[in-house]
Amino acid sequence: MNKSQFKEFDLRKKSRIGEEVIQSLLFMAGVLSIFTTIAIVYELGKEAWLFFGNPDVTFAKFFGSTEWSPGIGKFGIWPLVTSTLVTSVIAMLISLPLGLASALYLSEYASPKARSVLKPILEILAGIPTVVYGYFALLFVTPILQSVFGKDNVEVYNMASAGLVMGIMILPLISSMSEDAFSAVPRPLREGAYAMGATKLETSLQVVLPAALSGIGAAVILGISRAIGETMIVAVAAGSGPNFTFNPFQAAETMTGHIARISGGDLSYNSIDYTSLFAIALMLFLVTLVLNLISQWIVQRFREQYE
Amino acid sequence: MNKIKDQFPEGDSFRSELDARYRSATIGQIVFLSALFIAIVSLTALIYNIVDGAFGYTAYEYKTDPATISSKPLTELNQQELLVVLKGNISSGAYKKLNNEQIMETRSEADLLSLILERIIRIDTKATWTLTQSLFHKAEIEAEVAEKYPDAKLEFRNWLTYSFLTSPMSSHAEFAGVRTAVLGSLWLVGIAILFALPIGTGAAIYLQEYAQKNIFTRIIQTNINNLAGVPSIVYGMLGLALFVRVMEPFTSGSMFGITDSNGRTILAAGLTMGMLVLPLIIINAQEAIKAVPDSLRQAAYGVGATKWQTIWHHVLPNSIAGILTGTILAISRAIGETAPLIVVGASTFISVDPSGPFSKFTALPIQIYQWTTRAQSEFHAIAASAIIVLMVLLLSLNATAILLRNRFQRRL
Repeated sequence: MNKSQFKEFDLRKKSRIGEEVIQSLLFMAGVLSIFTTIAIVYELGKEAWLFFGNPDVTFAKFFGSTEWSPGIGKFGIWPLVTSTLVTSVIAMLISLPLGLASALYLSEYASPKARSVLKPILEILAGIPTVVYGYFALLFVTPILQSVFGKDNVEVYNMASAGLVMGIMILPLISSMSEDAFSAVPRPLREGAYAMGATKLETSLQVVLPAALSGIGAAVILGISRAIGETMIVAVAAGSGPNFTFNPFQAAETMTGHIARISGGDLSYNSIDYTSLFAIALMLFLVTLVLNLISQWIVQRFREQYE
Repeated sequence: MNKIKDQFPEGDSFRSELDARYRSATIGQIVFLSALFIAIVSLTALIYNIVDGAFGYTAYEYKTDPATISSKPLTELNQQELLVVLKGNISSGAYKKLNNEQIMETRSEADLLSLILERIIRIDTKATWTLTQSLFHKAEIEAEVAEKYPDAKLEFRNWLTYSFLTSPMSSHAEFAGVRTAVLGSLWLVGIAILFALPIGTGAAIYLQEYAQKNIFTRIIQTNINNLAGVPSIVYGMLGLALFVRVMEPFTSGSMFGITDSNGRTILAAGLTMGMLVLPLIIINAQEAIKAVPDSLRQAAYGVGATKWQTIWHHVLPNSIAGILTGTILAISRAIGETAPLIVVGASTFISVDPSGPFSKFTALPIQIYQWTTRAQSEFHAIAASAIIVLMVLLLSLNATAILLRNRFQRRL
């Protein structure tokens, strides 16, 4: 009698069309991110291909000369690259020591209460739009630089102020990533050092810092990638017009600043100016992609180390 | 044995060496703290610099003195009287042109007043000073104005007024406002979120709940992390190539019978922005879904719920606060983002409110960029005011996110 009652239930898995449809929709949403990457590579690559396919553009000219002005047949990428390097190096010189020191303080010294006050300040710095930093660089830092080093030495638009402010912008990134790395260092390492009579400074610099070196490396690489890709600060404060110089007090346009200025104007499609921007953007994308991948790889390796 | 012993200091030298170590420890702590101090000083300087720029003395001249065109102060006139003043002082051709834009009789008092100010009185700002200069060097400013601009009036001006918030863009800094820019920004963010929120949440659900742990999933995950680190200007180039050019029939609206625009529309820029914030939304939503305890899912499966029923009735309601927090953070990123908009082709000068997804647009950060790069100091003053508007907007968004996060943390 009981048996006949149970017969009405079919306990085998039913195929549910609704569930399948939802799952495939969600799958498509997940895969869309891959398409974004493909679209970036394809669209940038297509126009860059047109640029390099131009008979006037040779690799020798591209990497071998120091003047960039595609409209009149000058294709040396170096002035854009050097100014990107100068601003990024200045930014890293500011953000690396400051970021590391503040991360060490927050993770090794600060009481929980002090942390809860100090940490949000860094988070606010991280949340300020870059165009606001640009305003700050042009109208606050540049006048200060001019009054310190003399108006004759420092141009109104210069790479130094852009780099300095970029350093402040990247500081929170370096600080929070290094802090994560420091807090991942196991406590027993510190306690061992203290037991040997080491001071807090010695423990921080000679035990915690070396143990977190890979995490710091990841932070530095990500910071460099951020500096190279940063646009608005350099577009506002570093000046317009490519300039092959290593003098930080001179105006020079970076790769990103150049893209922003040229694409902001009226640009006819298929012109050499237009396609050249895509060649620069592709370079930018590939460089930052490689840097980001290295940084992620380091973070992953270093996580495994302590688990 | 003695050899090792010799390496350790004893007596007085031990004491002095220990003191030296303690001293350097204290110095180290001060150095570390000063790094944070520099960060605080920079933030303070930045805020000071902006507030300093938004208020201060300004020296200006009128092309036409208001007293000569009206016996009463202009602000006390009603709409009819303003109309008479306007009609009496500009050429009939210019009046006709204005009438064609919008019929004069239907214009508001504020609108007419700003027309009179802009067309007839035409303030000409000679110089501006920052707040600090105005407060501490008043006498010098007065002397300078008396000497250089004898006809100019000196007035303490607050650039961040109500009319700054409500007036459209203008080529005169004195009359310019951020209304079109704020509306443009809202449109952009709206489209970006409409695009990115459903897709981002969907992708996060797929990755957390459905995806197998295999190489394909790892590729997707790595790819998303990478996309979050792509410079925003590269997204701008993608938007320019893909949305502005390839998808022009769609983004310009010509597919829908709109003929007067090219691909450089709000829609194209909004979609570009959507692409840009998508990885952010996915990563944040994943974190929120990860935080839902597995016991909830097991309980749902235990009473016979299907996978989607479990997600829809249990996982999503418990992670919605986290997803929304992530969305708000994505919105604040999108509102401040400038570079992709420049590349996609924000109009630099546009005085009409955006009328829909297919209209040309400008946005708040674009205006800030434009005004900052102008040489005249009055434009720097309105750039500072626009920055304050932007920062207040961002601050309130982030405050909402923090409130949501606190609520979210209490519940689980």
